[in-house]
Amino acid sequence: MKFSVTVTLKKDVLDPQGKVVQNTLLDMGMHNLKSIRQGKFFEIEVQETDPKIGEKKVNEMCEKLLVNLIIEDYKINKI
Amino acid sequence: MKSSVIVFPGSNCDRDIASALEKMQFKNQMVWHKETSLPKSDLIVIPGGFSYGDYLRSGAIAGKSLIIDEVIKFANSGCLVLGICNGFQILTETGLLKGTLLRNKNLKFINRDVNIKVVNNKTKFTSKYNLNQILKINIAHNEGNYFTDPNHLNILEKENLIALKYCNENGEVDEQSNPNGSLKNIAGIFNSKKNILGMMPHPERMVDQLVSNTDGVNLFNSLLN
Repeated sequence: MKFSVTVTLKKDVLDPQGKVVQNTLLDMGMHNLKSIRQGKFFEIEVQETDPKIGEKKVNEMCEKLLVNLIIEDYKINKI
Repeated sequence: MKSSVIVFPGSNCDRDIASALEKMQFKNQMVWHKETSLPKSDLIVIPGGFSYGDYLRSGAIAGKSLIIDEVIKFANSGCLVLGICNGFQILTETGLLKGTLLRNKNLKFINRDVNIKVVNNKTKFTSKYNLNQILKINIAHNEGNYFTDPNHLNILEKENLIALKYCNENGEVDEQSNPNGSLKNIAGIFNSKKNILGMMPHPERMVDQLVSNTDGVNLFNSLLN
């Protein structure tokens, strides 16, 4: 069973990398661009048949290691 | 006084701090991160470097290594723990120090000597310095931008837990003298019991006039006291 985890910086945490990417895209003429936040993506496979238990395990991985809860938010999706 | 320096794959200031400790008459031992017990020590130092290549987040993987459980027990029993640079990042990842170190605001790795000010000299780490003494100490980091929530920042200020602040050569703490975007120019903090110090500047690089200056010496003298 596979899950994806997307980790992004919290709204009020400055994201200088995202800002630089945004400014570059604007310089390249992408004038419709409103904002960019850069994040991380994990693809996680767990040995589990029950999706609820699988998600719980992935959630534990996020809280214990993958995410720094002080500055980051995360979303788990089954894929 | 006995000290132990924890070594991770990717630590690169471990021998510098060891030689500084020995120069200051500490009896030092190196401890590999896979050990599950600590030698008898009065001080544990987590050195600078790039443990695990900064994978995931700086200090995140080292913060879960085998020896860290022992360091946490040691720290919680009130013994002295010093984290320098990557060591500070590791201490925040273990939860021994609150907050985190974000990427430098200008997105650049900064390696230069900066002025810092001793904001609290009533601790075991800083007692040999004068209050508001200005030191010139080297910083070398990519993630030194200290961040924490407003509630914790308030506690840091109220309980005098900020150890060091970036300043200019006149001791003024302002935006121009903040190299990395740290909240309130913070360069180092204590835990609430003040037995743990995390700092981005490298005092171990400042113990010999021949190679730099001796502004770091009194940190070690304070610990010996």
